Amino acid sequence: MSTVEKEWPLYEVFVRGKRGLNHVHVGSLHAADDRMALLHARDVYTRRNEGVSIWVVRADAIAASSPDEKDPMFAPSGDKVYRHPTFYDIPDNVPHM
Amino acid sequence: MTLTETAPGASEADLERQFEATIARHDRIEPRDWMPEGYRRTLVRQIAQHAHSEIIGMQPEGNWITRAPSLRRKAILLAKVQDEAGHGLYLYSAAETLGVSRLELTELLLAGRQKYSSIFNYPTLSYADVGTIGWLVDGAAICNQVPLCRTSYGPYGRAMIRVCKEESFHQRQGYELLATMMRGTDEQRAMVQESVNRFWWPALMMFGPPDADSPNTAQSMAWGIKRNTNDELRQKFVDMSVPQAEALGVTLPDPELRWNEERGHHDFGQPDWEEFMEGVKGNGPCNAQRMAHRRRAHEEGAWVREAATAYAAKQRGAAS
Amino acid sequence: MDDHVHTTPEDEHDSAYSGLLVNDAHWAFGAAPVPDGHGEDPLAGVDTTIPDGVDAATLATYALMLGDDALVMSHRLSEWTSNAPDLEDDIALSNISLDLLGQARLLLARAAKADASVVPVLPEGSPVPPEDALAFFREAQDFRNVRLAELVNGDFAEATVRVLLFSTWRLAIFERLRASRDHVLAAVAAKGVKELAYHRDYSARWFVTLAQGTDESRRRLLAALDLLWPLWPELFDTHAFEAAAAAAGVGVDPTSVREAAEGVLEQVLAAADVPRPEAPRRVGVLGRTGRDGMHGEPLGRMLAEMQSVARAHPLGQW
Repeated sequence: MSTVEKEWPLYEVFVRGKRGLNHVHVGSLHAADDRMALLHARDVYTRRNEGVSIWVVRADAIAASSPDEKDPMFAPSGDKVYRHPTFYDIPDNVPHM
Repeated sequence: MTLTETAPGASEADLERQFEATIARHDRIEPRDWMPEGYRRTLVRQIAQHAHSEIIGMQPEGNWITRAPSLRRKAILLAKVQDEAGHGLYLYSAAETLGVSRLELTELLLAGRQKYSSIFNYPTLSYADVGTIGWLVDGAAICNQVPLCRTSYGPYGRAMIRVCKEESFHQRQGYELLATMMRGTDEQRAMVQESVNRFWWPALMMFGPPDADSPNTAQSMAWGIKRNTNDELRQKFVDMSVPQAEALGVTLPDPELRWNEERGHHDFGQPDWEEFMEGVKGNGPCNAQRMAHRRRAHEEGAWVREAATAYAAKQRGAAS
Repeated sequence: MDDHVHTTPEDEHDSAYSGLLVNDAHWAFGAAPVPDGHGEDPLAGVDTTIPDGVDAATLATYALMLGDDALVMSHRLSEWTSNAPDLEDDIALSNISLDLLGQARLLLARAAKADASVVPVLPEGSPVPPEDALAFFREAQDFRNVRLAELVNGDFAEATVRVLLFSTWRLAIFERLRASRDHVLAAVAAKGVKELAYHRDYSARWFVTLAQGTDESRRRLLAALDLLWPLWPELFDTHAFEAAAAAAGVGVDPTSVREAAEGVLEQVLAAADVPRPEAPRRVGVLGRTGRDGMHGEPLGRMLAEMQSVARAHPLGQW
């Protein structure tokens, strides 16, 4: 369906609500680069609360395990956060490279 | 975690048993768990419809941002519509954990293959509608959505917890606007009553058709995706709204509305389900307008999204 | 984890209301009933005494200028709601709009408090607060905003360039305004600096992204820059009221921040590999521009829409 337009990178967002706590996964968003992902994360998930620490990481940079890992059925996407391979259809070959 | 690990080569039947056991324990299903295709499809449909509703729902209220009658009201309304964009984003994020992208879902919406809540096909015709939407529409949404915080799919439930917290603020700001207007001029009071007259029945429709006509409810409840039937939630909403309307000083436009001592609930009339079905089929008062708006915004944004994608690719190319 | 992620115990969900408005301030939108600074009286608790030796009309007019810039720019950005390229930017643009609206409220309230004669007179018994009387009951020629703020919206490149120019200039002014002898202006500036730094960062990122993205995005960005560039010099003109406010130690002479603002802009242009435009400045009418109340045609139409409900109900309660 979306043959022409590709989606920009997906970032996972982790927020430390206050000092002394761990960063916790709160959701995801799309951004062109790390800096924009941070700006958007502040907007979307913390409404730019000054005291909050945010991590953003590209979803395709996360390796994950799962209880079903040994199941060969899902081996192709075994190290991804989400198990559907189509999910990672982010273009590496756009014309302007 | 009491889940026993799946042995290599586990059969589909084993996986399904494990899934059913997780549901039976009221435990959450998480993104990388095995799930029946029907469960996944139902979830994608429901989460997407919900996300689309948030995004389309920005339009009827957004219609009044530029005409808000005080700077304070303008700030509140702008913040509220912004929240709806945020809710849409949380929900698309939850759907993305099921292997569909926001872009795909948006295209399904624009192709008419996924729906959004019919309530947003009604027009907003006065500033009182901003209040009425907050009070009745967001109130109905809360009744629908609070049980979803316990839905069986983890990312959806977590998104709903955030959504519900904010919706409650939305309902209160709407009610507070109406209460303030009711303390104002006669014209303002009439404006509030007229708005409530228009939105009461559509708000009741938000819970979906009567249970007898809702074929998907049983399976969704068995899977823990849905937690209450349409009629249960509708009753709860009516019982909740009656005292609020009294406190406000408005009349709910239903001659059949009365307290039933025996049932411990209010009896009430049925909305016009034919009009509802027309709206679902795309013939509501604003369906075409809402879709055209969404399509235009999406198409006008294409070059920006392409630029961001190209820029991101260049940055990666430069870094590696 | 529970005290900030707020996973409500299951049975609490049986009531539609219980447990929803918990005060976990670190979560988006959930905490305050109204966003920060958007309560009833924007100046509640602030020292509004006029500093010694400052002319009230000068202070009021100066506050109106900065307030109108924010009000009009905020309004234009609010028109982006549900129209942005994607959700992240819809949210970002409304955030910028909300920040500026918050600044406008404080500044209009400051103007009214400093000199009540700037506030339009409403029918007796009208409950309309001064900030709203100023926003909704003045005519276009009484607005003192720069013309850059009032233009009809174009595409996203136009919004990007407009926010970049506006926030670069305004941030440079606010950085100095923090030292204002007027407590209110100093407080508005101190809060505004953080907001404007974000606006500038956001628009500068997009400026570079669009410049370096595709041929199409670069073409649109350059077109937007050419379109808006003629209004850039007007931002650094010194109006008589600005000169007086600066001399009294309550305001900032825009000319004095030109170098700083240009320096920032040069950096962004360099990072984006975009040449500085050469288009000449846009003249005014008989020498008068936005600060004098001389605007383009779109402002009147914008105000007609913005003021319609408020003016239809001058005795209304909102």
